[in-house]
Amino acid sequence: MYSEKVMDHFTNPRNMGEIENASGVGTVGNAKCGDIMRIYLDIDENQVIRECKFKTFGCGAAVATSSMATELVKGKTINEALAVTNKAVMEALDGLPPVKVHCSLLAEEAIHAALWDYAQKNGIEIQGLEKPKADIHEDEEEEEY
Amino acid sequence: MDHLIYLDHAATTGCTAGVVEAMLPYFSEHYGNPSSIYRLGAESKKAITEARRTIAESLHADASEIYFTAGGSEADNWALIAAAEAYSDKGKHIITSKIEHHAVLHTCEYLQKKGFQITYIDVDEEGILKLDELEKAIRPDTILISVMFANNEIGTIQPIAEIGKLAKERGILFHTDAVQAYGHLPIDVEKLSIDMLSASGHKLHGPKGIGFLYIRKGVKIRSFLHGGAQERKRRAGTENVPGIVGFGAAVKEAFENLEQRSEKERQLRDYLIAQIESRIPHCRLNGDRQKRLPGNVNFSFRFIEGESLLIMLDMKKICASSGSACTSGSLDPSHVLLAIGLPHEIAHGSLRLTLSWENTMEEMDYVVDAIAEIVEKLRNMSPLYEDFVKKQHAEGKEQTNVQ
Repeated sequence: MYSEKVMDHFTNPRNMGEIENASGVGTVGNAKCGDIMRIYLDIDENQVIRECKFKTFGCGAAVATSSMATELVKGKTINEALAVTNKAVMEALDGLPPVKVHCSLLAEEAIHAALWDYAQKNGIEIQGLEKPKADIHEDEEEEEY
Repeated sequence: MDHLIYLDHAATTGCTAGVVEAMLPYFSEHYGNPSSIYRLGAESKKAITEARRTIAESLHADASEIYFTAGGSEADNWALIAAAEAYSDKGKHIITSKIEHHAVLHTCEYLQKKGFQITYIDVDEEGILKLDELEKAIRPDTILISVMFANNEIGTIQPIAEIGKLAKERGILFHTDAVQAYGHLPIDVEKLSIDMLSASGHKLHGPKGIGFLYIRKGVKIRSFLHGGAQERKRRAGTENVPGIVGFGAAVKEAFENLEQRSEKERQLRDYLIAQIESRIPHCRLNGDRQKRLPGNVNFSFRFIEGESLLIMLDMKKICASSGSACTSGSLDPSHVLLAIGLPHEIAHGSLRLTLSWENTMEEMDYVVDAIAEIVEKLRNMSPLYEDFVKKQHAEGKEQTNVQ
């Protein structure tokens, strides 16, 4: 069902953990639907992401997309990080099964939520960054069977 | 462990050597059509008759009351749809439970669209049907009650004798989906007042693609497949002879060893439950402790999600299943776990282990070690667990300050 890369990131997740006194923290998803992602960012004075960590409650794809997302934004400026899309995360993982695409959206949203938190804390505005939705599933419609 | 540990016997089982041996001649040696007049066909017919008799005896039924189907789902569909049609002049109300298999629930949804009214009875927190609610739900136009014998997810055994008695007193048909119970628990359709019963071959070490519907003599029921005169004209189509023979052989083995097999399974089950409860904090056993299928273990582990757990168990060569949404292809976790009152996030973290007499105590020890290790690993990864630990820590500090 999963690609080798997804399995690799699921079984050996990169950057799993917390950052104390992080510059920005974002939590998205909800337990009702079975995925919650939390991203921690440590951002330096040049707005470069020095460190990025995650914690995730969810399926194999949710863990793997969180892990890959942290890899993709680490070392990037906040603007570069903002440009990392769910598609980029999926491509880096050699694809996801269709029912798991929402996990990659969750990863993108989690990065955005953490950047939003950073912007709020520092009183800055990041162009193109919107206030995160409280629950990324709110727009999704349940599949008919 | 260097071998695969299969703990998903409620999903399917492998055929025993005896079952395969019984089936083999019916593929290319005795391949005659049972409806044919020559001796080659008669051999197939004889084999079917024998299997039908074995199955009928196992239920204390008559051989003429056993109708072979392609499996449990077909038997459930047939029982509900054909009985609803046959009795629709009497009424259009059907009663079932909230924890039925989808073969029953989705068939009820279909019947609802066709103008039938369905009442879904609640279960208590152990997953046992609320009999008083069932009794209250009965109306003059109730034509059918369908309640499963034992639940496929949490293993709860339902009060079938009481339901049968109630249905009989009120003149209502009683169907039970016994796919999980048949071959694992003794069943007497006479004593339990069962009018229709569905069962499947591959849940008791028989082959896949074969099942049956028991229909009590005198029950009006429409034909399911139209065509030839097979199955007393009620289910047309050339019989799955190797499947029927294999099913018969599996039933024979299961009932000859019913007590020993289930006693062994109960020992493994109770040991596994005790070990998990003593080794892993924040877990909950789902389903009743006593009124439970001999091989069923179902736990929820807080703060983790089921699919992750299953993949990691698979990497340790352990096959299990979960009621998490990710394993069902929808966003909602198992309807059974929600029906017993579990919140969504706890239902997502469920694990079902279904055992067989073939499993061993050594395997149980290995599995408990594996689950303990994986649950800890996943909890360390979980933001829900992080929040829980921080909250506990803060509460602890607060208490220290008060002192």
